[in-house]
Order: sequence, then structure tokens, then C-alpha cells
Amino acid sequence: MYKLLLCWRYLRTRYIALVCIVSVTLGVATMIVVNSVMAGFTTEMQQRLNGMLGDLVFESRSMDGVSDARAHMAKIRQIAGEAIAGMSPTVTVPSPLYIDVFGPNHQPQALTQQVTLVGIDETTYAHVSDFGTYLQHPKNRQQLSFHLQESGYDVFDHQVSERDRLKPRSQMEHAGWAYRRRKAMLQKMKVANQRQQRLANSLKQSRRQTGLQDPFAAAAARNGEAEGRDFDPAVEQHVGIVLGIGICSYRMPDGTDQFIALPGDDVRVSFPKASLPPEAISERYTVVDLYESKMSEYDTNFVFVPLRDLQQSRGMIDPETGVGKFTSIQIKLRPGADANQIRDRLRRHFPAQLYMISTWRDKQGPLLAAVDMETAVLNVLLFMIIAVAGFGILAIFTMIVVEKTRDIGILKSLGASGRGVMGIFLGYGLSLGVVGAGAGLTLGLLFVKHINEIADLLGRITGQPVFDPSVYYFYKIPTLVDPWTVAWVCAGAVAIAVLASVLPARRAARLHPVKALRYE
Amino acid sequence: MSNLSSELPAAAPWIASHRVERTPSAVLQPTREPAGRAEHLLTRDLFKSYRKGPLGIPVLQGINLTVYKGEFLSIMGQSGSGKSTLLHLLGTLDQPDAGEVLLDGHRIDNLPHASRDLLRNRHFGMIFQSYHLLPELTALENVLASALISEGVFGYWLRRNQHRRRALELLELVGLKQRAKHKPRELSGGEMQRAAIARALLAKPEVLFADEPTGNLDRSTGEQIMHMLRELNHQQNLTIVMVTHDPWIAEQADRVVQLVEGRIRSA
Repeated sequence: MYKLLLCWRYLRTRYIALVCIVSVTLGVATMIVVNSVMAGFTTEMQQRLNGMLGDLVFESRSMDGVSDARAHMAKIRQIAGEAIAGMSPTVTVPSPLYIDVFGPNHQPQALTQQVTLVGIDETTYAHVSDFGTYLQHPKNRQQLSFHLQESGYDVFDHQVSERDRLKPRSQMEHAGWAYRRRKAMLQKMKVANQRQQRLANSLKQSRRQTGLQDPFAAAAARNGEAEGRDFDPAVEQHVGIVLGIGICSYRMPDGTDQFIALPGDDVRVSFPKASLPPEAISERYTVVDLYESKMSEYDTNFVFVPLRDLQQSRGMIDPETGVGKFTSIQIKLRPGADANQIRDRLRRHFPAQLYMISTWRDKQGPLLAAVDMETAVLNVLLFMIIAVAGFGILAIFTMIVVEKTRDIGILKSLGASGRGVMGIFLGYGLSLGVVGAGAGLTLGLLFVKHINEIADLLGRITGQPVFDPSVYYFYKIPTLVDPWTVAWVCAGAVAIAVLASVLPARRAARLHPVKALRYE
Repeated sequence: MSNLSSELPAAAPWIASHRVERTPSAVLQPTREPAGRAEHLLTRDLFKSYRKGPLGIPVLQGINLTVYKGEFLSIMGQSGSGKSTLLHLLGTLDQPDAGEVLLDGHRIDNLPHASRDLLRNRHFGMIFQSYHLLPELTALENVLASALISEGVFGYWLRRNQHRRRALELLELVGLKQRAKHKPRELSGGEMQRAAIARALLAKPEVLFADEPTGNLDRSTGEQIMHMLRELNHQQNLTIVMVTHDPWIAEQADRVVQLVEGRIRSA
């Protein structure tokens, strides 16, 4: 009983011990905040990586692909059918993409970008990845269609719940057929205008020269009109394409997005045919939607077109049998299935010189490993803070034991055992640890809960945004409080506090009662 | 001398060698002992030295002392005569190098730690020259100290009213009831010593050890304390062993033994 009473009294009267509590508190709070933010980022990132890649990726090593996706999928299903929730074949080819924009003096100019062109099966692809959920039109999110929608594309990012933090994407309001028709009309007017001017110029010139009309010029003008009627962009679209949002937009420093291509615009893509020697071809596509996975690696790199069209354009369909080639199959596993085990099983059945089979974690191994390493190193460094607090406790406790030498003698003369005296100081260390960790826990969790407000406030005070959405593609700092991590941090802090008090407590326990009583 | 050194434990030969050089100067004389009383505390050939570097400094050199039940004994001696050391050995705060301490015929100096702790907690009470109250606790809590030490949290909680009642009775006995909530620093020297006496009495001890109980007090306060000790001795038949260097204080006991250079001389 006296241990409790004395612990309590020491806690209340030795204010120097508060120093230890403060350092434990700060250490615990920092660890909770950092771990929550890191876990938030990691989880968000992993979800998106997994969402884009599916669980398993079955790839042909050849860029030109291998024949017959259906037969391959049947074999995969035969090997690991019980664990497979869905499969979708794709064709992937790196290619340059051209977006026409108006440069200075309203001169059209093509912006060229290196992208990865992916041919997907619109009926099955959404089942193996979260691709569908990243699209900007609500109908496409339900079922992807490569047909341009009339209108109704998201003006506010549907993945962010707090609208008040968002800047509207006003350009998206007009995207769709309405935008395409208006653009086509303007284009038509412009072409007609130019033609008229050219015609007038040439008439003037010919009159000056000969005074006669040039019948060829009129014929050329008619031809041009005929060409325009061939494909009317106001009512027709090319094959649909879905662009990564990073390819056709850029974020301004104030967080608003500016688009250089919208659903309704046409783009050109060049890619090689799957023949030897390869022959470059160029196709026109109509942007039908944009996707935003918020992983800039994907959003600035991938564009999606219908699988069948890409196979046809690249000459990957056998003219006799009509069977197409594919370069990869994305596999979605049932919940609870062990991806590594399924991967190993598949690897045994498909020759490694032709196929690469990997889990999404394998594919993003270095990135995930780097994040894990970063978290581990940060934790070690932050735990040092608590360890420093531990040394503080050690030093202060040693001082307190020296100061209390006579009291220890008194307790022993009254029949307190060495173990009991040790208990006082261990209990004291424990209570310091518990109070410090408790305060740190509260502080840390409060900080995590209001981290965005705090970041905003800091940004306002310093004039430098702490969390720049244009850098991270997130509108707010993602956090995830893992109860186990928090529990471990608190337990670790308490353990360090107790461990640091062991030496002084032992010293107190071993004091000789007579020497302690005589201590001046 | 050879006889003596053969009785010493082999672990402390340096004590024997030191003693060979210093032949006892005083002849031991029998003390004036009350007849017809039962022996309460007894020491047999008690030796104790302190080691200072390579040299052993002998403090007690063969003490044979009997304390009778209900006796108020004072041990008088100059500073450094070993009287406090003797008191610590009797009170099991320290262990002798050689010899025995017996309580009611049972040897207590070689008991294990836990038993000696229990003995000090239940059977012995101690008061000191500089009071030795715990500064963080109130007078009442200081008086309760031995109960706090002996009881676990649950046990104490169960019997808290009983303990409190007894502590308040004792504080009333020493005239400090109204100061129960005061911290030691708010009490005078005499009050602190009275609180220390109340603390020593809480567990209803058989023997009270007093180490210069009036050493830090003025004459009149010292007298009050001595009066209190005498009353306790008479009314509760409490055995008291007091050490002091002050002959006037020592004389107030039933019996006085003198300690000179670690040996007992008749009073």
C-alpha cells in the first residue's frame, strides 16, 4: 500500500519528473502522428496500386503478344479456378500520343507525349480492377462504354467527400457531345471562312492576271467540302479512348485543374503493328472519359482503348480463325486467396521464357519496399526520442533516489523489504510512463484528427503551404490510425520508462538501512 | 585470545587479527540487573567492525547484554562508543560479524531478510534523534506507515478504518490529534518526535528502541519526551532500550549500562 501512496506523492511533489513526462508525451505523440500519416499514405497508395493492377498479372514476354486469350484463361481457371474471381485480357503497347492544342496566334499545334496504350475489354476489365471507379462520368463508373456521353461529366472530384476543399473543374461542365458539336461547328465555320478568303484571294489574283475564273480552284474547293462530309465530327466519333487525367490536364498552383483535352476532343495515337518488320500506324480516337487513380505514375502514363479495335489496328487477329492475340491477362482473386501461392502454382504450368506471372506487390516491389523501409527508419529514429526520454528518467530517478536515501532507510527500519522499496520506484517509473504515454496518445490522436486544419493554419502563419495538393494529388493529408501500432507505441514508451527506472530502483532496494539512515 | 578468534567466522579473520593487537583495557564487570524478571532481549559475544579501506575498525567487541521484559534500559556512551551500532544490531537493522542476538530465547540476527523485516514491522518500534518522518506524508500517514507497509492495497482498504482509529488514538496519546493533517515540516521538533513515537507504537510493539530521542531537543521538550517514554514503560509494560550520551537523560531509565570502546562497563 505504501508503494502506491508514495508513488502518488512523489508524482505530485517532484515537478522535475514532469520533464520526463513531457518528453515521453512528445515522443509518443510524434510517433502516433507520423505512423498514422505514413499508414494513410501507404494504404491509399496500395489501394490504388492494387486497384489499377488487379491481384495477379499474367504477361507475355513478347510485346507482340501470344495468341488466344480464351484458351489461356481456360487453362488458368483449370489450374486455380477456385481462387479466381475474374479475368480480363489486355494488349499493352508503348506509343506516342498527340493532342492538338492552339498555340500562340491560334495556330494549331500537336503536343506529343509518351504513353502506354492499353487495349481493354470493356465488359470484363472493370471486374478485375478498380479502373471503373476512377472514371469521371457516373454512367461509365457503372458500366464502361467507349461511346461519348452527351454531358454530365463530374465537375467536382467524386472521390473526395469534402466538397468545400475542392476547386471545381469548370471545363468539365461542357464536356461531351455538346462540346464536340460546338467545336465541330466552330471548326466548320473557320474552315469555310478560310476557304472563302482563299477563294476570294485567288479570284482577285486571277482577275488581275487573266480576268477569267479558274475552274480548277472551284473544283478544289468543292473537293474540300466533299472531304468534310466524309466524317462529320458533329455527329460522329472515332473509336473511344480513356485518357489518364495527368496526360490531358495540369494543376495550377492554386489547386485548380486546367484541361488540354476534354471528353469530346479527338487525339491521335501512333503505334507499331505486330508484324516483322514493324510498321508504324497512326489512329484517331475520340476522348470519351478521363480516369483519375490519383497515382501520378498511372494518371500520366496510361490510356485505354477497346481491346478488339487495338487488336485489329495492330494486326493481332488471325484473319482465318478470327482469334486475337493478347499481351497480358489481369486476374482478380477471391477475397482471402493467397496471391503468392496462386502465382507459384501458375508459374509451374506456364513456361517462364514466354510468360511473366507476378502479383501486384511483385510489380510494385521496389516502391512498396521503399515505403516500408522509410516507415521502419522513421520509427527507429522516433523511438530514439522516447529512448532519450528514458535516459532522462534514469538520470532524474537516480537523483531522486539519492535525495530520498534517508526516507528509504526509514522505510526499511519500519520493515519495508528491498523488493518493496524497488516497487516504489518501479511504480513511479510506470506511472510516469503511463501518464506520459496517455497524454501523448491524446495529443497524437487529436493532432491526427485535426491534421488538415493544423496544416492549413501552419500554412497561413508561415505563408508556405505545408501540404500542397498540386504536388500530392490528394486534397487532404490521408491518415489511418492503426490501433495495434498505437498500442505498441504506448506499450513501448511505458516499457522504456519502467526499464529506465530499474537501475535507480535496484540501487534503492540495495541500500543498507543503517547507511541510508545516516545519510546526510 | 586464541579462544575468541576460534569463535569468529572464517569470513572475518581481519577482526580477530585486529583484536590481537588491542588487548581489552577495561575489565568487564557484571551490571546491576533486576532480579525475577524474564529475559527479553539477549546478546552473546557481539562483535561488529566497520571496514575502512584495508583496516577494520572495531566498534563492538564482545557485548553480552540482557534486556528484561518491561525494563527501561539506557545504554550510555560517548560518541563513537558503538551504542548506536549496538541498537541497530538489537533492532536487526544490521547484522553482527560474530555473536548472537536473541529475542525471547530465539536467535534473530541470522534470520532471513523477510523475517527481519517482519520483526521490525510488528515487534519492534524505533525512534531516532532526527525523528525520521517521511516528508511527503502527513503526521497521520506517518503514524500509519507500519500498517501501510505490512498491508497490501486490498487488505489496507478493508481495515482502513481500524488502522485510522488506532493512529488517531496514538496521536491523541502524544497530544497531536489536531495536527494529524500537518506535514512534518509544519511541526516543531518536539511534535515531530512525538509523532515518531506514535508511529513506533502503531503495531503494538514489544520493544521500543530509542536512538538519542532527545538529542535534537531543548531541555524542557526533552523532558516531555522522556516523561512520555517512562509513562509508556510503566503503563503498557513496554520494554524500552534507549541509547544516549547525556547522563541526565540516561539516569531517568530503570537501569543504565555504559559502553566504552565497544565494551560494556557496569553502571
